[in-house]
Amino acid sequence: MAGTSDPIPVNIITGFLGSGKTTLLQRLLTSEAFADTAVLINEFGEVGLDHHLLEEIDENTLLLQSGCICCTIRGDLKDAIRDLYSRRERGEIPAFRRLVIETTGLADPAPILSTVTSESVIRHHFRLGNIIATVDAVNALLHLRRQPESVKQIAVADRIVLTKTDLAQPGGVKKAREAIRRINPMVPVIEAADGPVDPALLLAQDVHDENHKLREVELWLAASRDDSGDHHGKAHHHDGNRHDVNRHDRRITAFALTFDKPMDWTAFGIWLTMLLQSRGEDVLRVKGILNVVGVATPVVIHGVQHVVHAPVHMKNWPDEDRRSRIVFIVRDIAKAEIADSLSAFNELAGDLDRKTDAA
Amino acid sequence: MSASPEAFGGQGAVRPRRQERFHRVKLINESLRVFALRLDDWQGQSFILSSRTGKTEIVDNLMAVWPAAEQMIGRPLDPMNPEVLARLRNRTAGA
Repeated sequence: MAGTSDPIPVNIITGFLGSGKTTLLQRLLTSEAFADTAVLINEFGEVGLDHHLLEEIDENTLLLQSGCICCTIRGDLKDAIRDLYSRRERGEIPAFRRLVIETTGLADPAPILSTVTSESVIRHHFRLGNIIATVDAVNALLHLRRQPESVKQIAVADRIVLTKTDLAQPGGVKKAREAIRRINPMVPVIEAADGPVDPALLLAQDVHDENHKLREVELWLAASRDDSGDHHGKAHHHDGNRHDVNRHDRRITAFALTFDKPMDWTAFGIWLTMLLQSRGEDVLRVKGILNVVGVATPVVIHGVQHVVHAPVHMKNWPDEDRRSRIVFIVRDIAKAEIADSLSAFNELAGDLDRKTDAA
Repeated sequence: MSASPEAFGGQGAVRPRRQERFHRVKLINESLRVFALRLDDWQGQSFILSSRTGKTEIVDNLMAVWPAAEQMIGRPLDPMNPEVLARLRNRTAGA
């Protein structure tokens, strides 16, 4: 249970126009466990939402910090969140324990993430929770082909809700699932038509939740294993260069790397921060479990665009495998480039350590 | 840069604090060398980044090193840069 000073989790619901974002939100908000959730939406759509803590944001102002889209603070959102928080503090509105932001279909999720995690006031009171993307099984392939934003929405998602599966052509759901998996091999995909969607699975169960972090890591690992074990075969799916997403944005690729040698935490931090500074816009996602030198239990890392979450220490390994396993979703970066570069930094750290010990 | 400074702020570190800072500065310097930059610990609190041409800047943490370095040399410091990798491998090989 969250204490009063714990940061308030923020969930982002993204997805294309007509993919069922609002319907999903409606279903989630009827759950009693999530009644004390504040909601910010970009536009009141056709589906009426009835919720006591609902605000509309006016998406028109962007404060460009550095010209990089992932470091952009969205002024509208910043004001809306800060306003909500101060009214909560003054007791003008109920002390909501979660915030859900519904984006427009064409929204690039990066500035939203950046606003939540780096705006100076917001980051002290809020933390990023699961990002949920709705994908319409009927139009998924078309959207992915035509709209780079939809590829990005899938890449950054922690949960995908596949909607309209009952309306899709035979084989359409399978194709949509395959397309999703090629962009984001570790994301759990939930079919909305299967019945009630579990709000806790979507909103609350994440790697920062003490009771669920192990399960969460197991989900990532299971999802990325399914990927390597499917009928396409391991070599295909783990070959970043052939991992084309679609004609429009075939530059985004996903791959999993395993490292036999335990990782030097300092070297990893230096390498990742350097990578994100120089190529942050092209690194859509980094997620993994590390075997850190000198630490018996695994450390979970989780980054989306330029945002790297604080590392999460696990009590136990999720399985027998003790290697570091990291999944990357990148644009225009080859698997070998990442693997060679991280290995070189790690090797050097080990080498410096040995020399220091010997001295 | 929006990655949270605390992500690599040291709570994941396994070495005692002083040793960790020493290790960190040493490693960063290996990757900065190709770009003619160096980092020095400053009173165990901050770091001083300096270029061969005499520019210096005080940076608070690891996250701040890269943007400051980028500004100093006018281009990003890519860890996948072949020159950086060749340099690191040379070091590891004992050169």
